[in-house]
Amino acid sequence: MSINSHYPQAEDFRHALNARYRAASIWQALFLSALLIAIISLLALIYNVLDGAFGFVAFDYKNDPAAYTSTPMSELTQKELAAILKDNLSSGAYNKLEKEQPLEKRSQAELYTLFLERLVELDTKNTWSMTESLLHENEIRAEVARKYPTAKLEFRSWLTPQFLVTPMSSKAEFAGVRTAILGSLWLVGIAILFALPIGTGAAIYLQEYAPKNFLTSIIQTNINNLSGVPSIVYGMLGLAVFVRVMEPLTSGSVFGVTDANGRTVLSAGLTMGILVLPLIIINAQEAIKAVPDSLRQAAYGVGATRWQTVWHHVLPNALPGILTGTILSISRALGETAPLIVVGASTFISMDPDSPFSKFTALPIQIYQWTTRAQSEFHAIAAGAIVVLLILLLTLNATAILLRNRFQRRW
Amino acid sequence: MENKYAIEANALSIYYGSFMAVNNVDMLIEAQKITAIIGPSGCGKSTLLRAFNRMNDFVPGCHVTGELLMQGKNLYSKDIDPVEVRRKIGMVFQKPNPFPKSIYENIAWGARINGFKGNMDELVEQSLLGAALWDEVKDKLQDSAYALSGGQQQRLCIARTIAIQPEIILMDEPASALDPISTLRIEELMQELKKNYTIIIVTHNMQQAARVSDYTAMMMLDKEGSRSGTVIEFSETKRIFTNPKDKRTEDYVTGRFG
Repeated sequence: MSINSHYPQAEDFRHALNARYRAASIWQALFLSALLIAIISLLALIYNVLDGAFGFVAFDYKNDPAAYTSTPMSELTQKELAAILKDNLSSGAYNKLEKEQPLEKRSQAELYTLFLERLVELDTKNTWSMTESLLHENEIRAEVARKYPTAKLEFRSWLTPQFLVTPMSSKAEFAGVRTAILGSLWLVGIAILFALPIGTGAAIYLQEYAPKNFLTSIIQTNINNLSGVPSIVYGMLGLAVFVRVMEPLTSGSVFGVTDANGRTVLSAGLTMGILVLPLIIINAQEAIKAVPDSLRQAAYGVGATRWQTVWHHVLPNALPGILTGTILSISRALGETAPLIVVGASTFISMDPDSPFSKFTALPIQIYQWTTRAQSEFHAIAAGAIVVLLILLLTLNATAILLRNRFQRRW
Repeated sequence: MENKYAIEANALSIYYGSFMAVNNVDMLIEAQKITAIIGPSGCGKSTLLRAFNRMNDFVPGCHVTGELLMQGKNLYSKDIDPVEVRRKIGMVFQKPNPFPKSIYENIAWGARINGFKGNMDELVEQSLLGAALWDEVKDKLQDSAYALSGGQQQRLCIARTIAIQPEIILMDEPASALDPISTLRIEELMQELKKNYTIIIVTHNMQQAARVSDYTAMMMLDKEGSRSGTVIEFSETKRIFTNPKDKRTEDYVTGRFG
């Protein structure tokens, strides 16, 4: 008996082969369905957010616009609006607005918002999601006619340019996310400025200098585990250390800032910095590890010191990987909510953060706060804010990826 | 009178932790000659070569006993800085490993970190001429070194080494990753280089050792079952290849080993 006779021949072989192909195609179908599930989940997420950010809104005016002007509201010019506001606002309110920014220098859209907010007092009765609005327009119209006979129905986007540049307001129709966007940018900026140099430094030390012994392996294990610690724990740490113990520093009182406490954007940024530190260290270590040893040897071979080797060769070649860690960290810091609540982000603040010692709010906090409100218009602006958060995230990540690709150019 | 010997190993043993990789080597390496180290895989040739410029310092747990003398000074004594050793004893590696920089920068970097104050353009040209690479790259000095062929990259690595003007150049199988034509060019280059430098080369290629070297050290595991290598015979190349004293050397160089 030859060995070959133990293998299936001719027909048998073809049968076996078909069975192998069948098994392969089953697996292939499974992988494809896994991919489809992932894509559907993502699409559902995007749909869900957009669904809330657009739709019908039924609103009424408490005061009749005709009492202020004979011009139709949609045709009011900037000048007319300024005049109407000047004539009808109480002098105290008018002077306050003038002091913030003279009315004639404000845009038409801004004055129109003031007109709606202060004079005619727009009052939202109900809102509908995009799907409802598109599929059940007639029912909605009938319902509005029945329930709110004087109300007007309008299809609107809650995400407008005005939404981006307007500070917080107690009325959803006039609220914006400017304060929250700026707060988030300050937060991420401080976190990265703090964590990137420290994280990279720690990674260099661990990878290039630290002896391989019991102590370093314990440190290494701890760093790996720290990246999995729930973020609320970092919030508690931030509260204890940055808000309380280091209050003179984080409140800015040692720098002469008065009326401050430790619940500043600096405290929150440092907390986020600590939170993303393990992420940056681990990624930087991986990047440093990936730099081929032959490069280090080449440098040592021409008489370089360890530091010259690290600074001129290891670090530049590890930079793309270090930036990958930074990208992940930005995403994390931008999206974290729990530590901010603990550290004490303000839920209602209309003042832009203008220094590290400012009180602040951030986009996730704002979104969280709005979604917990009962009125449906707040849910709509929460959806708008989520879109803003996602776009901000993509923009920051794209910047970091562009930077990384720039450094990736070999030599 | 200048010392006839560039470097001198006295009872040099090299350990990785408690494992002895190289056992009790005595070698007098003559200046401005080419010394080849041959022997089967895993007998410690590269370990020995790397001990000469303290490259093994980066291997955790690696330490040596015995002496390595250069101009009467033990390179392993406490007051000698390994960076200074590598400044005087350059190294060319098995796989060409240029820096991911321009051809020019590959040479200029080593010079710059060692505090070179002269004319950099001139140094780059001289070094490339010395490595027989100038004519091929003089019009593309700002191109990436990675754009060169393997043989050119290896000659660039040699140029980079001679730019810092060492006294000794260590070569760890410098041609093993190259084709025969590139190998020949490296061998010709070595003959040029030995006018100014002492060269120690590790090679697996016995013809290469026979062709290029003046002296040859034959390394082998010191006894059956042991994993420590040692130099079993060290003398003029001609003698190693024609009239070796040790039977094992004869078997090895005539291809009758094992």
